[in-house]
Amino acid sequence: MASALLESLLDRDALAGASQAPQPAWLAAARRAAAASFAEDGLPESRTEAWKYTSLRALEQRKPVVCDGAASARAIDASSFALPEIKGARLVFVNGLFRNDLSNLAEQNSLSIATLAAADPGALEPWRAALGREYHGVAAAFARLNTALAIDGPLVRVAAGAKIAEPIHLVFIGAAADREIAWHARALIEIEAGASLRLIEHHVGAAAGAPQFGNVVAQYALGAGARLDLVQIQNAADDATLIRRSEFALAADAVLSAHALEVGAQLARHDFDVDLGGKAASFVSRGVFALRGRQHADTHLEVRHDARDTVSDVLWRGVADQRARGVFHGAITVAAGADGADANLSNKNLLLSPHAEIDTQPVLEIYADEVKAAHGATVGQLDERAMFYLRSRGIPPETARHLLIAAFCGAALGNVPIAGLREHLDAMLASRLPRIGDV
Amino acid sequence: MLKIENLHVRVAGKEILKGISLRVAAGEVHAIMGPNGAGKSTLGNVLAGRDGYEVTEGSIEYEGRNLLELEPEERAAAGVFLAFQYPVEIPGVNNTYFLRTALNAQRRRRGEPELDSMQFLKRVREKLAVLHLKDELLHRAVNEGFSGGEKKRNEIFQMALLEPKLAVLDETDSGLDIDAMKMVADGVNALRAPERAFVIITHYQRLLDYVIPDFVHVLADGRIVESGDRTLAHKLEEHGYAWIAERKLAGAA
Repeated sequence: MASALLESLLDRDALAGASQAPQPAWLAAARRAAAASFAEDGLPESRTEAWKYTSLRALEQRKPVVCDGAASARAIDASSFALPEIKGARLVFVNGLFRNDLSNLAEQNSLSIATLAAADPGALEPWRAALGREYHGVAAAFARLNTALAIDGPLVRVAAGAKIAEPIHLVFIGAAADREIAWHARALIEIEAGASLRLIEHHVGAAAGAPQFGNVVAQYALGAGARLDLVQIQNAADDATLIRRSEFALAADAVLSAHALEVGAQLARHDFDVDLGGKAASFVSRGVFALRGRQHADTHLEVRHDARDTVSDVLWRGVADQRARGVFHGAITVAAGADGADANLSNKNLLLSPHAEIDTQPVLEIYADEVKAAHGATVGQLDERAMFYLRSRGIPPETARHLLIAAFCGAALGNVPIAGLREHLDAMLASRLPRIGDV
Repeated sequence: MLKIENLHVRVAGKEILKGISLRVAAGEVHAIMGPNGAGKSTLGNVLAGRDGYEVTEGSIEYEGRNLLELEPEERAAAGVFLAFQYPVEIPGVNNTYFLRTALNAQRRRRGEPELDSMQFLKRVREKLAVLHLKDELLHRAVNEGFSGGEKKRNEIFQMALLEPKLAVLDETDSGLDIDAMKMVADGVNALRAPERAFVIITHYQRLLDYVIPDFVHVLADGRIVESGDRTLAHKLEEHGYAWIAERKLAGAA
């Protein structure tokens, strides 16, 4: 597919810059290979199964500039990413590049924090498997592009056995400029055996200007018995395109608890890929997307049970108002030999307008024995009986609506593990839902 | 307080109420009895303002206003309360939060000051004590996972808290064991007051042994076919609804 978008994304100068930066030879080779396969296979099209519900046609004639020359100097309002009661390390990236002036690298034992652009070539060796990962197929086109072009991003490592008390705050800001910008960032997080970490991955927009295109790949590795409590907040600018891929590899007895709130961007795509590779590894996912206007958000979750007694528990809620379109794909595969696996997937969705649309696709594939598995997905409207019940008690219809929608979403965001954040997420969600007067 | 004149109501194209007239004054308790399908619940739903009930003829006047012109939430603020035959479960909405939102929405509409959470909780505790309810009820989501009896008791609790002027109880006694029914009766009796009226819709006279009505009306096939004092309930209990049908036939002949 030779679209204007593809050609401008494969900007020669950007490619040259990325492959000439000081880096190990294996990384330069991986970048070249990824760029070549991206050029060859191109962008996903409507017949690409994993992109069936998300068309890139609207982007086709766009010609974004790759790499923002002014990223290091753009004025950023710190309130755009401030979170209450979060006092740990904070790493801020603006249009894909690290901003020391906005960050706070509190030194801490057992916690190593660095950035990709500033790291010594030798220091990247432990990240080789992740950074050099080869992506197959056109569905992973943007991950390939990210491999080719992402030159900066956070590198976080928690040493074996360490319990990091304060949550880490990773902020990715898409800052609009005069021209449309395409930017890429790569995040690498490793939690070694027996260690635990709480982390907030936060995507926001800043400044008005041309729409922009962001592409973030985050790779998380959890060692044996490690624990990660992750909160992903996506509140990108209303006119932004944001493509994300989050990968998780869990060793034996590792625990991943992930919460997600998706409310921003014009076009958002999030591939959420979990490999339960170690015995008794467990994964809990709670998430909400709330869309309005002409927003389009596609959450594509894939969980693989590759070992015995692994557990996955996925509960997502979606709300779409006006002409918004939501997509939720939840695929769970229990591989041969992953006996005793326990998989649960539930996705319920609410349409608030006759013009809104939500497509949900639960997929369960089981090749093992003694597996417990359940999945369910629904798309519906607000319960008229509940509406009447609330109104009959004196509650005005707009408040009743809001109450029911908030309760519907609350099922997924009720247990956010970071104090103060729950209220913040509720408020952020409430601000995206149909307006009401004071309760 | 309430003046229903020649009320005809159609549901899904079918005429259910065929000319009901009823007057309820402040302080009175009216019981509406009747066999299944007589239109009892339709009457309750029309009073509360539920969608899908088409009034084709007649009028309902409440405190001098045309009740049919008011939205359900306006009726609630004006003092009309319906205890649902089938209370709705609302997962994720905390019972206390729901009640405070409802009470304050009513007060705001009436131009009264809203209650802060301390004032509200004080009022809740008083009502719980009167009704012998456990405050565990407050921490749960509205009706979620409640037993049939708990749901009905929650309706009475809401009624006690919201202090309506006109309370319509739609088969609140059905499906209750004797203890739960006594509790419902206690709740109603505790609220009986000169300025408050009750319309108690029921299939059985059992509840009326505990809540003594001033008037009993028999609803059959969309019409009130007999009205009387409390002794009418006992006659019905003795002879069954067939007795009414026979009397109607005798009258017609």
